[in-house]
Amino acid sequence: MATIKERVNDQVERLRASQVLESILRPGSPFKKGYTDSPRNRSYVIMNNVLYHLHPVKVKRHGVRLSYTLCLGGLSFFLFILLTITGIFLMFYYAPTADRAYADVAALSTSVVFGSLVRNMHRWGAHLMVLTVFLHMSRVFYHGAYKPPREFNWVVGVVLLLLTLLLSFSGYLLPWDQLALWAVTVGTNMAGFVPVVGDQVKFGLLAGAEVSANTLLRFYVLHVLFFPFIIVIFMAVHFWRVRKDGGISGPL
Amino acid sequence: MAEIPESLLRRSAEAKAKALGVPVEQILAEMRGEAPPTPAPSAPAPAAAAPEPAPAPEPAPAAAPVEATPAPAPAATAIALAEPPAPSPASPTGNGSGKVAATVSPRPLAPPTNTPEGVRTQRLLTVVKARAIQQVKSEPTDKVNTWPHLMLIEFVALLAITALLLVLSVIIHSPLLEPANVNATPNPSKAPWYFLGLQELLSYFDPQIAGVTVPTIVGLVGFMMIPYVDRNPSTKPSDRKFAIMLYTIFMCGAATLSILGVLFRGRGFNFSYPWRDGIFFDDLKDWVNFE
Repeated sequence: MATIKERVNDQVERLRASQVLESILRPGSPFKKGYTDSPRNRSYVIMNNVLYHLHPVKVKRHGVRLSYTLCLGGLSFFLFILLTITGIFLMFYYAPTADRAYADVAALSTSVVFGSLVRNMHRWGAHLMVLTVFLHMSRVFYHGAYKPPREFNWVVGVVLLLLTLLLSFSGYLLPWDQLALWAVTVGTNMAGFVPVVGDQVKFGLLAGAEVSANTLLRFYVLHVLFFPFIIVIFMAVHFWRVRKDGGISGPL
Repeated sequence: MAEIPESLLRRSAEAKAKALGVPVEQILAEMRGEAPPTPAPSAPAPAAAAPEPAPAPEPAPAAAPVEATPAPAPAATAIALAEPPAPSPASPTGNGSGKVAATVSPRPLAPPTNTPEGVRTQRLLTVVKARAIQQVKSEPTDKVNTWPHLMLIEFVALLAITALLLVLSVIIHSPLLEPANVNATPNPSKAPWYFLGLQELLSYFDPQIAGVTVPTIVGLVGFMMIPYVDRNPSTKPSDRKFAIMLYTIFMCGAATLSILGVLFRGRGFNFSYPWRDGIFFDDLKDWVNFE
């Protein structure tokens, strides 16, 4: 008579050997039956996996040291994913119209389950992402990692920093409270000082002469659709170039 | 002496015949030194207008173009290596090999009259690199498997930042002030913190400088141009003291301006002390939720 533990183990083993799991997991997956820790299988974990689009099978030993990169680029990317997830949650409860926006955000903070937590995570995560992107840029500069052949990837990185700022700034208006309204007023006034086309730039950003309901809709679309779309494209190029330019920069 | 393979000679002759508009066999015969040269490009206009009745003589009757033996040595070197000083086509003088060279030297589009006397013109046939096209062997580097060494660190970093964010979100609430009102300007009005350095700069300088020149020229274009301006190939900190100093000064300046804007600006965006007048920074209005 088998004990319960043995029966459970038996079922787990059967599941791990089942055809369904066999079809889901590619060869070399550590979740498969009979996985052994070998150099070959370690390579397969990356190579036979969607991860191969992000990471090579092997990386330089010095690049693995936490003190070299502080994971700042990876953390920026992860924060972007977190912001996407929390942002989708927030979109369910928010309408970008002047008469509903403020009430929706207030309801998110008070009556929606986990609404306050998710809104806080979205807001502080955005500030954190601006910070990590800044720190990532400084890390790259101090390591001289922008030097050939990585010059262009630095340029892409500056564009990513700009897009991060724009994403954060466009989201700033959405609560439609006094803080949002006047911060965006100050920010877009700066854009109005552009020499020749200043007024046009400001008008295009605000969808009018001053911050209004049209501005709210415009910033909403920019925030949830346009800037994320652009930044994903630039991120793809950025990550791809990291690999193609020879992985992480050399030791100092 | 090097001998030119028949196929290469034929290809060269075909190209030349096409350029000059004369039969291939004639050129081939000239190249082998069996026919007088074609004085084609010296008079480009009639040649271009009527290529068929060009004043080129018929191939010499003695020439047997197809089953010819390998070309005479002087012609071979003339084609393969270099062209001798181009003689004036109007008065082709010299021996047989000189004649052959003369047929080679004039380029179809550049009449030799442009070439000064005594200057040797070279024609590049091909370039063979000393190295292989692909580097087959990679240089040995000290590498480790991404799984588990890098993935594990990344996973822990993700967990750590998620935990940090959760803790932050639980203890600090996002601000939500009164509903937006275009007619009630708060005092002071501040931009988001990452633009507060610029807003601070705006209170010292003309908007054209602080609002346009610094952010776009210095901030954006300047930063993008860093890799193209900094030509120093070294990545050692001791070799790039100036670059590091410049970047650090810039960052410290930006941080100082931002801190001034966040903490030390009160009503009317005038200077204030945070310990005396309080902090005018609504982003952190609900610093800790004591409810």
